[in-house]
Amino acid sequence: MSESLLRVDDVVVDFPGKRWFAKPFRALKGVSIDIAAGETLGLVGESGSGKTTLGRAVLGLAPVAAGSVRFDGEDITHAGARRRRELSRDIQVVFQDPYSSLNPSMTIGAILAEPLTAAGVARSTARDRIRELLDQVGLPGDAIDRLPRHFSGGQRQRVAIARALALHPKLIVCDEPVSALDLSTQARVLDLLIDIQERSGVAYLFVSHDLSVVRHISHRVAVMLHGEIVEYGDGAQVTSDPAHPYTRRLLMAAPVPDPGRQAVRRQERAAFLATEVTGE
Amino acid sequence: MTTMIVAAGVKPRRGGPLRRMLRDPMAVVSITVFLLIVLLCVAAPLLTSWDPTRAELAAVLAPPSAEHWLGADSAGRDIFSRLLYGGRTSLLGALVTLLVALGIGIPTGLIAGYYQRWFDSIGSWSANLLMSMPSLIVLLAVISVVGPQMYLVMAVFGVLLSPGVFRLTRSGVIAVRKELFIDAAKVSGVNDARIIGRHVLGVVQAPLVIQASMMAGLAVVIQAGLDFLGVGDSTTPSWGQMLNEAFQNIYAAPMMLIWPGVMIGLTVGALSLFGAALRDAVQDAQPARTRRGDGGVTLPPQVEAAPGAVRPDLGEALLTVAGLKIGYAAAGGGTTVVVDGVDLRIRRGEVHGVVGESGSGKTQTALAILGLLPRGGEVRSGTIGFDGADLATLGRAARGALLGGRIGYIPQEPMSNLDPTFTVGFQLVEPIRRHLGLSRAAARTRALELLDRVGIVDPRRTFGAYPHEISGGMAQRVLIAGAVSCDPELLIADEPTTALDVSVQAEVLDLLRSLQQERAMGVMLVTHNFGVVADLCDRVTVMQHGRVVEHGSVEEIFESPAHPYTRMLLDSTLEDAPPRGPLVTPEVRS
Repeated sequence: MSESLLRVDDVVVDFPGKRWFAKPFRALKGVSIDIAAGETLGLVGESGSGKTTLGRAVLGLAPVAAGSVRFDGEDITHAGARRRRELSRDIQVVFQDPYSSLNPSMTIGAILAEPLTAAGVARSTARDRIRELLDQVGLPGDAIDRLPRHFSGGQRQRVAIARALALHPKLIVCDEPVSALDLSTQARVLDLLIDIQERSGVAYLFVSHDLSVVRHISHRVAVMLHGEIVEYGDGAQVTSDPAHPYTRRLLMAAPVPDPGRQAVRRQERAAFLATEVTGE
Repeated sequence: MTTMIVAAGVKPRRGGPLRRMLRDPMAVVSITVFLLIVLLCVAAPLLTSWDPTRAELAAVLAPPSAEHWLGADSAGRDIFSRLLYGGRTSLLGALVTLLVALGIGIPTGLIAGYYQRWFDSIGSWSANLLMSMPSLIVLLAVISVVGPQMYLVMAVFGVLLSPGVFRLTRSGVIAVRKELFIDAAKVSGVNDARIIGRHVLGVVQAPLVIQASMMAGLAVVIQAGLDFLGVGDSTTPSWGQMLNEAFQNIYAAPMMLIWPGVMIGLTVGALSLFGAALRDAVQDAQPARTRRGDGGVTLPPQVEAAPGAVRPDLGEALLTVAGLKIGYAAAGGGTTVVVDGVDLRIRRGEVHGVVGESGSGKTQTALAILGLLPRGGEVRSGTIGFDGADLATLGRAARGALLGGRIGYIPQEPMSNLDPTFTVGFQLVEPIRRHLGLSRAAARTRALELLDRVGIVDPRRTFGAYPHEISGGMAQRVLIAGAVSCDPELLIADEPTTALDVSVQAEVLDLLRSLQQERAMGVMLVTHNFGVVADLCDRVTVMQHGRVVEHGSVEEIFESPAHPYTRMLLDSTLEDAPPRGPLVTPEVRS
């Protein structure tokens, strides 16, 4: 393994309590991960596990109370607004909801131009780059003048991916990018992400609740529970033959699309849960 | 599944709010009237040769004539000329008020809403303080200090109106600042000023324009009111002053009262109607809004089933849907058909999966069976046979007796299907009492038993809890308890586990399986997840674009899918896909 592109060390994130003097809610309790250039790290967990918060901490959108986030050797934990704007060249994001992540009143062209003009790219160069991006994510060139509402969920997610790619980033945080999509669209968008990674060498921090999606795209996988990482390692091993009981429970809870094998898995799960209860 | 309905059913209306507004006669008339008034006042020197302040003793209280079109007032000044020049004062005063109110309210509202923290606290405090002041008294006090300087007074009135603008802007910004596209813009390296200008201001624009038109009308009235009270500047003509003048001569020349009154009325009326029209235009832009009877082409509501279609036979079939066609009235006229000729047959004690992607019409079919189609949706033809009755033609009352009693329903979003203002127990007990005619105490016992049956650890606590006090998984268990509370023969479950975490999903599936076996219910399970189908279903119907493409036993569908669409869907599942494996060679960036 080469030296890491992103290194998150013992990061703690607290959200203030709802009422005055209420105890803050600790969303991350000392989490450490690292991602190499060109690598995908899958981050799996159920709702409330803190997986999205970790992605947001890397992006500077969540308040880091302790620990450090290092990118390319530089400590960016508490990078100021100016430095953050510069970092947007290197770190980008694709959100879960392709409906609310695109401003409904802006054309696709204006949405894609935003990161480019913010980085000071000339208008004509930006125009060319936008055409290139649309081509790269498999959208027609005339999409430029259309509004998000003219596109389906999968196509909108392609726009969001194109926006993330605009400045040739080194890392993209993908926060449940396919979970709002239909089954067949989901597979195509995942293949697009893999294809882009193989061509451009971008790294992904891929957040998802779906073990099978994570297995498909990740080189390595981290499993989160209650703000902590409970299992961390090789993707194939974690998603097929997990060591931690929680990961095993997750794996067995996901139904297999095959009636015969699902019946077997159901029995295995019942047996596993029974031993877990008696074991305690 | 409202998004699906939008995608599949009703197309949003075309054109922006502006274009829509220009089609609204009320908007066009009000804008025209207002612009005409503005034009008349601006072009006053061209329209009349009379100086509005020139007094002519010979013309005192003169009636309308060729010389003085609307007559002259008690000082012998030309009323027409004073009307036009007076409008300038009134409109300019309103403009000053508007500019001050917007100039203070918008920037402070944007900053307070976007950054919040201390600025928001101070801003909101000041806004509340200003709002609690009686504006007319403040204005009179200002006049008594600075004298009759009308524009200064109107500026003060603007300050008094600014909290309204502040609050409107602030709440609009707060609503939008959590949107993902704002986060995306931040990550794109866009600076705050630009985010506010481009993404945030766009959202609050429309309500601000509406508020501004209302405030302008208010300013005209206040200005006229102050002048009418006689505290204004008496050297420049204004509509309020003319009213005052006319009022003093009401017996000598009652007609004088009409002209300024008409002008004030027209201006204020045009401004408020414009605001109302704009509000309608903006609201119309919201998608998912459908109108009944909007369609030019309406199909007859009920058509006899086509010859050859199976009449519901009472054999062992519990639910027989034949040739079901569901249409929505489309915005441009005509109908959008979202379900077209669907046949479905569910036997007693059978779990029947209905699978498809968004827009396939699977949820629409389920809603039609339940009689819960959203506004604008209608069963255009076909029959829904349930135990000898045709649900498609059944009256509301008869259908109501079936729903909850013999047909149970489990919705997709557990939380939005529990009323937050009632306890869980109350929501369970009511239908039991209604359908089974039990006493309050008996219904309560039954509800507690059911909560225990669906695996809720402390039934008594959950019974007394409000929906916000329980988790999503618990809420879904409560809804399942409610759905089976009256021992239904048919259970319709619309994506019952989609909103749940995977481990909760497994538990809910186990629960559904054991309940189904225990009570031998027929279940219609609408889902997009083939794992759920494999886990629970006996038979499967695959839908695409509002039609059934394939149906068969669960083994047939999974082992030898006949239709290419079913094969494509099964191939898209990732459960059996190989893992990607470790990163082999760290690639060099190109």
